[in-house]
Amino acid sequence: MLKTFSKGGVHPPENKISAGKSIEILPLPQKVSIPVSQHIGAPATVLVVKGDKVKVGQVIAQSAGFVSANIHSSVSGTVESIDAVLDSTGYKRQAVTITVEGDEWIENIDRSTDLKKDIQLNAQDIIKRINESGIVGLGGATFPSHVKLSVPAGKKAEVLIINGVECEPYLTSDHRLMLEKGHEMMVGIQILMRALNVEKALIGIENNKPDAIKYLKSIVGEYKGVEVHSLKVKYPQGGEKQLIKALINREVPSGGLPIDIGAVVHNVGTAFAVYEAVQKNKPLFERVVTVTGKNLPKTANYMVRIGTSVAELIAAAGGLPEDTGKVVNGGPMMGKALTSTDVPVTKGTSGIIVFQSKESKRKADSVCIRCGKCVSVCPMGLEPYLLNRLSQRMMFENMEPEHVLDCMECGSCSFECPANLPLLDYIRLGKAEVNKIIRARKN
Amino acid sequence: MDKQVIVSPSPHVHSGESTSRLMFNVVLALMPAFAVSLYYFGVGALIVTLLAVGSCVIFEYLIQKFLMKGNPTITDGSAIVTGLLLAFNVPSNLPWHIVVIGSLVAIGVAKMSFGGLGSNPFNPALVGRVFMLISFPVQMTSWPLPVASRLQYLDAVTGPTPLAILKEGLKNGETISQMGDKIPSHMQMFMGLMGGSLGEIAAFALLIGFAWLLFTKVITWHIPVSIFTTIAVFTGILWMINPETNADPIFHLLTGGVMIGAIFMATDYVTSPMNPVGMWIFGIGIGLLTVIIRVWGAYPEGVSFAILIMNAFVPLLNRYVKPKRFGEEVKRNG
Repeated sequence: MLKTFSKGGVHPPENKISAGKSIEILPLPQKVSIPVSQHIGAPATVLVVKGDKVKVGQVIAQSAGFVSANIHSSVSGTVESIDAVLDSTGYKRQAVTITVEGDEWIENIDRSTDLKKDIQLNAQDIIKRINESGIVGLGGATFPSHVKLSVPAGKKAEVLIINGVECEPYLTSDHRLMLEKGHEMMVGIQILMRALNVEKALIGIENNKPDAIKYLKSIVGEYKGVEVHSLKVKYPQGGEKQLIKALINREVPSGGLPIDIGAVVHNVGTAFAVYEAVQKNKPLFERVVTVTGKNLPKTANYMVRIGTSVAELIAAAGGLPEDTGKVVNGGPMMGKALTSTDVPVTKGTSGIIVFQSKESKRKADSVCIRCGKCVSVCPMGLEPYLLNRLSQRMMFENMEPEHVLDCMECGSCSFECPANLPLLDYIRLGKAEVNKIIRARKN
Repeated sequence: MDKQVIVSPSPHVHSGESTSRLMFNVVLALMPAFAVSLYYFGVGALIVTLLAVGSCVIFEYLIQKFLMKGNPTITDGSAIVTGLLLAFNVPSNLPWHIVVIGSLVAIGVAKMSFGGLGSNPFNPALVGRVFMLISFPVQMTSWPLPVASRLQYLDAVTGPTPLAILKEGLKNGETISQMGDKIPSHMQMFMGLMGGSLGEIAAFALLIGFAWLLFTKVITWHIPVSIFTTIAVFTGILWMINPETNADPIFHLLTGGVMIGAIFMATDYVTSPMNPVGMWIFGIGIGLLTVIIRVWGAYPEGVSFAILIMNAFVPLLNRYVKPKRFGEEVKRNG
């Protein structure tokens, strides 16, 4: 029996169309717009002014607090403007727009492709380097990585968990990275283990990626304390709490963090970025982005400089098809629909999915028949039908005792609902209102 | 971007599941039992079933269109399911006007007066059945014998149900071994060769339907299994205490409406609890009440009443029995 998490979960069609496509380097764009807020936490403070010449890898905005991250230039050229730019959230946010001139990198980056296995830095310096390199969780949550590595006093990390699940349908960027950068990723994992002072790291991969599992199992022997685990396919296994449950059978307490039960979770993409930062001095300014869709002329996994317009990625994949209904940034279960393709790729962009019109429209909703499917698929053990009704009736104070804040918005309830009810829409509204109530109570 | 695109919150994909597909699968799951009933009761079964389904659908359409002034939703298929279940719970020689009245009560009173699908507290088909049972006790308890009267409708040859034989015999002071051959064998009962409502008799056909409902994930196993287990354990204890006055558990599981009740009526989404713990309590309650009514009550058969009584507890169960939340009780090194 393959391991998986025990409560709830759904099986959306996988549609991993681009799984066989090797990572291609996207040609340099003419211009990039690099938002200063690409992570959870405080937006970074801009260090450059209009007209400044910048190089690839240069810090252009500085971390503004503990929970924040540095932003580096992904290209060399001239700062054209520092202005509010539409980003993937649909809002205008501050960004540094740079006109690309050549491709000149800062000197201390090691651009060779040789694998560098021995780790020279100690734990403290590793965390410092990761912080300086602007690394955030690349699975999509974009939580600054150095924060996760700084274990609070009184807590102890026992195991490092590496998320190679990629449970979202369509997305294949982590899959390709595991296949093509396996050794680098493994060294990255060893660096993270040293930073956390743990002896054991478990890589969780769903068994719809047998090639990646096979490959990593073949090389894992060279890396002490690292284990590769194959998991049964079930969404949302890539959720931090679900992955920990699947791998070590521990439950993160409601409202708690993985470190409360001795676990720290990082994505495979993050492990690779950590390798590059620590061993090659290369800050985070590019990432792998899957571009896919059923009727897209070409699907691909591109290595993309941060700040490149999504429109450029789609153009490289043959352009938007005539029949385009929706463009989604991220996976189909949790991704955001874009209002425009003229938005920059950020550190959290794992994929761009182009949907046909017929896939894009929601079906009309009907009445709740109380089938209980939403309850049975909820991985957090919540009652979406009840939260939906409480939210519709604006009974927000009643939602908090029903654990609404445990909802991670995975979308399983809305996905499964036979009446097509927009359950998650109302639950999101409820979460926002409950958070307001809690803030008001504190003041 | 020059294209008009749709912008909506996630998730952007859907399972494709729909109310009408679920109802269609329930109808499919009822088909083996319907086929058996056509084979055993022939023309009577056909007339009663078509009449019940037809009247349920028409009543729902008319009520929705002219009284509730909304868009008729008969396409969701729930009225068809109600009609089928209503027909399956009555004898095949039931006069047509009673069938129509029963359908009106089921749809009009039990379902639409509460607001229609999703809002009714009691199982509509069972409300219809119990209404007919109380209002027309003679017609509702004259059971055509299987096979014997395939070509007759109102003038079918009738006989008692095994539960009625048992109740009557015990009342007359007979022991179960003295009743002997009057009670059908377990195999006969499993195949449905006994008096009873037109769709409830053939356990094997209903179990095929159960398998289909589980396979298509329309229902989970919790409610039927908890009912079966409770009835088997409870009647098993009574049987071990005195096998001469108490029938064996298999007899109890195969007779009356236990099979159709546990598989198709108690699992009705709208009137059953939303989570597994609630489902277990609900099922155990139905099992206990069924046996109490059968053994100590005035009626030989108690499934309908047991389900209706437990239906009344569903809002309470949903309110106070919560699913186990993730991370609620934390196991270290679990």
